[in-house]
Amino acid sequence: MAARSTRLRRLTAIATAVGLAAVMGACGGGSDDASSDGTVTLEFAQWWAPELPDGSFDKIINDFQTANPTIKVKLLSGPYASTKQQLVTGAASKTLPDVVGLDGAWVNDFAKQGAIADMTKLMADAGYDDSQLASQIQLEGKTYMVPVVNFVYPLFVNQDLLAKAGVDKVPSTRTEFADAAKKISDSGGNVKGWALPLDTAVPNGIQNDVMSWLWASGGSMLADGKPALQTPQVKSVVEYVKSLNDAGVIAPGALTMKEQDKVEKFTTGQVGMMVDSLAHIKLIKENAPNLKFAVAPVPAEDGYTGKRGIPYASWGIGVANSSDHKAEAFKLVQFLMEAKVNGELSTLANGFPGNKTAEPDFTDSDPLFKEAFKIYQEGTPANEFVGLPKSEDLMRSFDEQLQLVLTGKTSVDDALAKSQENWSSVIE
Amino acid sequence: MTTAPADPMIKQDRVPPSEPVASGPKRSSVARRLIPFGYLSPTIVLITLLMIVPIVMVISYSFRDNVIVQDNSVFAGLANYTEVLTDPDFLAAIKNTGIFITVSMVAHLLLGLGFAMMLNSPLLGNVTKSLFRVVYVLPWLFTIAVIAVIWRLLLDPSGVANYVLQTLGLINEGVNWLGDPGTALWSVTFANIWSGYPFFMISLLAGLQGIPGELYEAASVDGASPWRKFVHVTLPQLRPVIISMAVLDLIWTSQQFALIWMMTGGGPLNSTEMLSTFTYKLAFSEYEFAMASASAVVVLLLTMILAFFYVRQQRER
Repeated sequence: MAARSTRLRRLTAIATAVGLAAVMGACGGGSDDASSDGTVTLEFAQWWAPELPDGSFDKIINDFQTANPTIKVKLLSGPYASTKQQLVTGAASKTLPDVVGLDGAWVNDFAKQGAIADMTKLMADAGYDDSQLASQIQLEGKTYMVPVVNFVYPLFVNQDLLAKAGVDKVPSTRTEFADAAKKISDSGGNVKGWALPLDTAVPNGIQNDVMSWLWASGGSMLADGKPALQTPQVKSVVEYVKSLNDAGVIAPGALTMKEQDKVEKFTTGQVGMMVDSLAHIKLIKENAPNLKFAVAPVPAEDGYTGKRGIPYASWGIGVANSSDHKAEAFKLVQFLMEAKVNGELSTLANGFPGNKTAEPDFTDSDPLFKEAFKIYQEGTPANEFVGLPKSEDLMRSFDEQLQLVLTGKTSVDDALAKSQENWSSVIE
Repeated sequence: MTTAPADPMIKQDRVPPSEPVASGPKRSSVARRLIPFGYLSPTIVLITLLMIVPIVMVISYSFRDNVIVQDNSVFAGLANYTEVLTDPDFLAAIKNTGIFITVSMVAHLLLGLGFAMMLNSPLLGNVTKSLFRVVYVLPWLFTIAVIAVIWRLLLDPSGVANYVLQTLGLINEGVNWLGDPGTALWSVTFANIWSGYPFFMISLLAGLQGIPGELYEAASVDGASPWRKFVHVTLPQLRPVIISMAVLDLIWTSQQFALIWMMTGGGPLNSTEMLSTFTYKLAFSEYEFAMASASAVVVLLLTMILAFFYVRQQRER
């Protein structure tokens, strides 16, 4: 009896132990990121590696590890959307990886949550000279993100369609653009002048394809950091987009069109012009080697002579506030911002460097990059959504109002008033 | 019947101390009772950690304000529920979800039953049946991402659907299926019907093959027409399967997120906004996790009503 009882107790203990072991295994447990020999392991979450040539980002990270033998870097790479979700949940639970790839649109929210560290302090602690940085994303005077690589969004023009439509000059003003778009649309074959992606799932069409017209003419959607959407400049942009829609020059399906649809329509010759990221040049050339196209600044208001704002997106970098190894994390930031490394990374990414002194290597690049770099240097990088709270939500609410305008369900004035109200409740 | 021992010493020698006598069997009994829990402990702990804790957390978030994004969230009572339930977008999402899941379920049932009866028909040879079985089950083999891409391409204003319809003379000019608020909901519902009917078909085919042939023979002897056989033999025999599948389909379809998100993102103009996309936007676009939790709890309650009917139906069986 006693032996049986002991056996039962042992069985119970074993079953419980196995159960707990299974749970611990399932939960992953905790990992010690500082080993006994003093080696620190940093986790670096980003979406960059999958967008770069295979293995190229690993090589850069290996170079860093060689230069810093006591620091190991574990790359957590995934597509942009899943990286964003991972970081949103990580920020909420204060479990962000030590170093994080950031989009300027997320910075405000993460900084307000206290999820990302004040890099101004890290720079000071490391004695870092920040004058070499092309830009820093700041909130209340503190830097939370450093743009590593910038991607500009110029106007892409299908030169064959332009020539077929009898337009001999790449449009530079809104009037020229409307005229070219009309002529392309009238040239037959289901071709339209312009592609406008307004899908609300990823509403960045508002930033890249709508507000770019505002920034190109030196306009602003903010005044003293507050929303200013009921200005003549913003109104003229919305009215202009509406006029293009009324003229039937926008490719059908705009209300649910995604960025990739826009690029595909341009690549297949279904639209003559689009505002798009330079990063897509390679993709377009791969899919349509014979497509003859050029890049140009986004057209400005007629008579505008000032510097043209050119929209951009960044691969930004930040350090988690919850990291136990902020100094080591900043070493990685420093390394990626070194002129040589930054230039190399920018070249690989087909973007422009975040370090002012870095020179992208255009030797093996498409000549269009050189042209775009000229546009970039002549203009001003402009993206007023960077650093705003809930910027995706701001884009979405503007998007919905613009959709109402384009479908004739509201007036431009009412849409802007409603957007102003929506934005004002977010940007306090 | 009891006799007192003559010598207390003998009592001490022969009768063991009272405590071990009482605790031995008790311990053994307790251990015996714990054994099943020991074996179940991995499952119990996993369910607690992965289901019960998250659900309780979401419910608790729904009664607080500024959860997750701020450390000092406060109790907000029913404020989040009031805000969500009076939000016109939420009400539109409920309406759209209702249409989406009801039409999908009915179409899944009709298509699934039709195809299952065809595959069960003695009029077709085995090779033909196998061929159709493979063709009909194909949509079920694609992941939602692939289905979304396929239907976005097909329904593009310059896509295959418009080309075919124009060639057949059914429409004069290309329809903007996903970009027009009037057609977007029906388009995503159509894609969902296409992707989901094979599961109904397979389940109903299994049900059809389980109906005893004698019932049909008896009906034939009574002079029943094929239609009467269908109404009075096939449908009553399939009734438990049909009800189970219908309720499960309503539950599953109400949770459909990926297809809507990838095809329309809830647009244009909220015409395809579902409870799932509405909740997602609240959480990951507006960072209103408390309101998103309230919305999720409402969805949970609605789903539980469906689950209640499912469980009751299963018990009746």
